[in-house]
Amino acid sequence: MVLDFVEARKQIEAKDHSMRDKLMPPEEAAKLVRDGDHMAIGGIMYSRTPMAMIREVIRRGVKGLTASRLLFSFESDMLFVAGSVDKAVTSWISMAVTWGVSKIMRNYVEGGKVKLEEWSHAGINLRYKAGAMGVPFLPTLSMLGSDLMKYNGAKEMDCPFTGRKLCLVPALYPDVAVIHVQRADRYGNVQVDGMPFADADLARASGRVIVTAEEIVSTDRIRREGDKTVIPFFCVDAVVEAPFGSYPHECPGLYQADYEHFHRYADTVAKKGVDGVKEYLQEYVYGPASYYDYLQKFHIANLMKNVGLSRRLVSD
Amino acid sequence: MPGYTTAELVTVMASRELEDRKTAFVGAGLPLISAALAQKTHAPDLTIIFEGGAVAPLIHPTLAPYSTNEARATRFALMVSSPSDLFNLLHRGYIDYGFLGGAQIDKYGNINTSVIGDFEHPKVRLPGSGGANDISSLCTKTMIVTHHEKRRFIEKIDFLTSPGYLAGGDSRRAAGLIFGKVDRLVSHLCVMDFDEESGVMRVKKLHPGVTIEDVLENTGFAPLVAEKLETTSPPTERELKILRELDPEGMYVPHA
Repeated sequence: MVLDFVEARKQIEAKDHSMRDKLMPPEEAAKLVRDGDHMAIGGIMYSRTPMAMIREVIRRGVKGLTASRLLFSFESDMLFVAGSVDKAVTSWISMAVTWGVSKIMRNYVEGGKVKLEEWSHAGINLRYKAGAMGVPFLPTLSMLGSDLMKYNGAKEMDCPFTGRKLCLVPALYPDVAVIHVQRADRYGNVQVDGMPFADADLARASGRVIVTAEEIVSTDRIRREGDKTVIPFFCVDAVVEAPFGSYPHECPGLYQADYEHFHRYADTVAKKGVDGVKEYLQEYVYGPASYYDYLQKFHIANLMKNVGLSRRLVSD
Repeated sequence: MPGYTTAELVTVMASRELEDRKTAFVGAGLPLISAALAQKTHAPDLTIIFEGGAVAPLIHPTLAPYSTNEARATRFALMVSSPSDLFNLLHRGYIDYGFLGGAQIDKYGNINTSVIGDFEHPKVRLPGSGGANDISSLCTKTMIVTHHEKRRFIEKIDFLTSPGYLAGGDSRRAAGLIFGKVDRLVSHLCVMDFDEESGVMRVKKLHPGVTIEDVLENTGFAPLVAEKLETTSPPTERELKILRELDPEGMYVPHA
């Protein structure tokens, strides 16, 4: 990870800023994630998780990653068990409140196999924001007086204007960001529907940006709704077409999360622990020969049911 | 046998503590059901706000969100924004209420949701702060909603994730937490508030059939006890009916 905002800026200046075709297959895009990188993951918990790219990164056997995310769901289980990640930077890890504390996270963090750096949710948001702004830190009124500050590297200072105490969070300049969205053109102009999360900040803060999109649309289509664009082409290095690219997590407006799959996954982990996740990786990550072989595992009727339930959200 | 579960009791009692015409930062599960119940009873103009980015969504009982950061939490919301934007609103003082639970809680209302044991080598690693630290640092009034048990209410928590009154007295303000406070604790035994001077938890209301001895036995520290202890009235038929309609499968708040 780039620690210095001056270096981070130089890295961006040196990039090719031209509007060029960046559409590529997922396996090509995944080469932008290198051993030892800090990889920022877009979306949040089980919403707009770049699952297609996470599977690709795992398949490539990338090692020594630091993975950061606002909140992790069970994609962190997958990355931990695959041995891709040494360190996680986040505010929260587990599937979702409903399924309790992640056994896998516990196993890896308690066993010292993964280091966990914890921030408040506002804190980690601001770290990406500072990176997006190109400044070394940002102040907040969160985390003061807590034990989080003792371990995560936040610092306290007296405000030079008011004398009040502030908590300062250091900017995050990830090596690479992986982000899943509803649509993008082949140049990397990215549009998002629903909650934007911190993806726009991730894209601005990171040295390299991989975007997977449910749909690759024409640039004319992007231009008709330029106000929907949250990431401009020059921030993006790779564009990948990935229908159901967040599945079994959700993509707002298109499909809801496959909660039945979540329950089954949780049962498997409850029964078999780490071995259960190994089986899961074999079945869903290493096993399927292609992107569409992966989707096939979820069956069309099931996929469409979750498409339907997503539509019901705005019709009922 | 009362006709309700302890989870239903806590949910109803927490909902009663919410005033109308205020804004509440709520989490998925029990806090959401509690706020939604308040909306359908005494607080129709309570505004629900989700950390994921939704302001005033219309939650559908059969499409209730499993997390506050998913599409279901944004259903017909007045605004769909980002977590960092909602944290802006929190910093600015627009959020009246926040809800928190916790694995460990001390007498100053400090909460641990990070680790049991040492942070670097934890015995049990918990999910972490999420927005909890931000909520308890900045909501005007934070309410702790929890099951009441001795191993949870302890003298010294292993890690301070979310601040209450820190070490009591003026220590919260002195640490720079100049806004907001932990205001209430609602458990299945009682409702507590905090003595403003010392910052120590104080038993204020007992739930039906609960004695002060029950509370003290299930609390791992010595709380203050209000001079005039009130007793809450049991959940009404109407409250329970609405509650069960809001969570028809009892997924968040198990039914009797």
